[in-house]
Amino acid sequence: MSAVLQVQALSIGHGRRCVAQGLAFALAPGEVLCLLGANGCGKTTLLRTLLGLLPPLAGEVRCSGQSVAAWHRAAFARHVGYVPQAHAGLFPFTVEDVVLMGRAARVGRFSAPGAADRQVARHCLEMLGIAHLRASSYTAISGGERQLALIARALAQEPALLVMDEPTASLDFGNQIRVLEHIERLRAGGMAVLMTTHQPEHALRVADRIALLGGGRLVAIGTPRATATPAALAALYGVSEGAVAASLSPFLHRMTA
Amino acid sequence: MPLRWLLAVGLLAAVVLVAFASGKFPVAPGELWRAVAARLTGAESGLPAAVETVVWSIRLPRVAAGLLVGAALAAAGATYQGMFRNPLVSPDILGVSAGAGLGAVAAIYLGLPIVAVQALAFVGGLLAVGVVLAVAGLVRRHDPVLVLVLAGVAVGALLGAGISLVKILADPMAQLPTITFWLLGGLNAVTAADLLATAPALLAGLVPMALLRWRINLLGLPDEEALALGVAVGRLRLVLVAAATLATAAAVSLTGIIGWVGLVVPHVARLLVGPEFSRLLPASLLLGGGFLVATDTLARTVAPIEVPLGILTALVGAPFFLFLLARPGRQE
Repeated sequence: MSAVLQVQALSIGHGRRCVAQGLAFALAPGEVLCLLGANGCGKTTLLRTLLGLLPPLAGEVRCSGQSVAAWHRAAFARHVGYVPQAHAGLFPFTVEDVVLMGRAARVGRFSAPGAADRQVARHCLEMLGIAHLRASSYTAISGGERQLALIARALAQEPALLVMDEPTASLDFGNQIRVLEHIERLRAGGMAVLMTTHQPEHALRVADRIALLGGGRLVAIGTPRATATPAALAALYGVSEGAVAASLSPFLHRMTA
Repeated sequence: MPLRWLLAVGLLAAVVLVAFASGKFPVAPGELWRAVAARLTGAESGLPAAVETVVWSIRLPRVAAGLLVGAALAAAGATYQGMFRNPLVSPDILGVSAGAGLGAVAAIYLGLPIVAVQALAFVGGLLAVGVVLAVAGLVRRHDPVLVLVLAGVAVGALLGAGISLVKILADPMAQLPTITFWLLGGLNAVTAADLLATAPALLAGLVPMALLRWRINLLGLPDEEALALGVAVGRLRLVLVAAATLATAAAVSLTGIIGWVGLVVPHVARLLVGPEFSRLLPASLLLGGGFLVATDTLARTVAPIEVPLGILTALVGAPFFLFLLARPGRQE
């Protein structure tokens, strides 16, 4: 199967400051890759580089065989959807208006989304179970609902790859589970997902593979069980192995059972 | 929703009718109807020549200018607010009004003809925004949106000082009253020729905003999100800044500096139809045109002498703006 995303000998950073180097991995359709790492390890910088928002310092990011730098912005947006961390919007757009913005790369320059685009937006809202919020103001709904709306917006791009920046951060327990369930459903539909998270148990639950980013390099990448071991996580986050095992034991139990 | 738009258009038509009918020389609705019908059919209206003159040579350019200038200022304000993600900015933010004002008072001071006053106002406005954009382009360390706004404020202050200097130098008997009155803004001096000369620039500014209106929504997102949605953010913002500035400069060159319209009207429009630009922009155009024509009608009927329009818009605009700020549960 051809890779949706391929990263080769990649160095990332801002200007001359290199944050991480020698990154190499690939992502196949229907695969979920979780990126774990301590605060400031370069997860966000990596996402921005993958999205073509930041030029690579060295190496290359390829999307469906073509270098990200060579992609036309709109064509790239039809291929890769981005789910940022939920933020309060400035103007009180309706949730449907927010999701319709995902159609920007698919409507003409001088036109607005039409009936077909509205259909797609409604379908995305239904898929995420927030169709009832269609006419609600984006500034008035809860943080969890906003996150779901932003996922719906990215799905409205009809991408092959979904890049998610800590999709479960600042969500309550129920919404975290809901978002993870949606990710599993998307994978079943053939979507490739690259997500960062601060919660290893989320990675253990949804990821096909886990990548550990730390010390300016990719420490490990592989199946959850082989990669996110208590020893590896302890080293990654600078805590004791016992503490990691204690906080993750129910999950590891299930994983190894 | 269509009903609401019909209502808005109907209200605007009523405002225009009242504007045509009222003033120092009142025109009865029946006379107005006969004048219009005669124009349309090409027949003789049988009305006194004075009525014909008032309707076609005095009121028509004035009302048309009010509609166009109000619409342009409101659309420019809505566009600036959307793309700078700042509900409190206005066309003045880029120094366009001050630049156009300086150009105009310099021309009045030099005793140039009215055409040159307009041309210099236009050039001044475009130069001001050019300088602001250049300064903002050089300062890359900070939030570009904020830098643009602050550069506009600074350049605007500098241009305001230039205006004051010209006022000091101007002949207090012959020139200063003209300059002061022009700076206050008004539709009273607009002739059909002025209007025809300025309309192309006004429309050249309005058309891109109207065409790109849905895309203005996307500039309200953080830049990186808009880029990830496939929007060429830099180019889109530049096109819209140029369009909004052209419309503002053309408006100022026609009528002087009329404040508050570009700030207040988009807010009222947002309260009525929401923040989505496909609806907000047409609503701003209608409301802006209607607001200015209605205010101008007041300005020439409320007192024995004509009140400068800028004073009335400030009288309406400033308290409304304070009300917006103080209103509890504000969502913007």
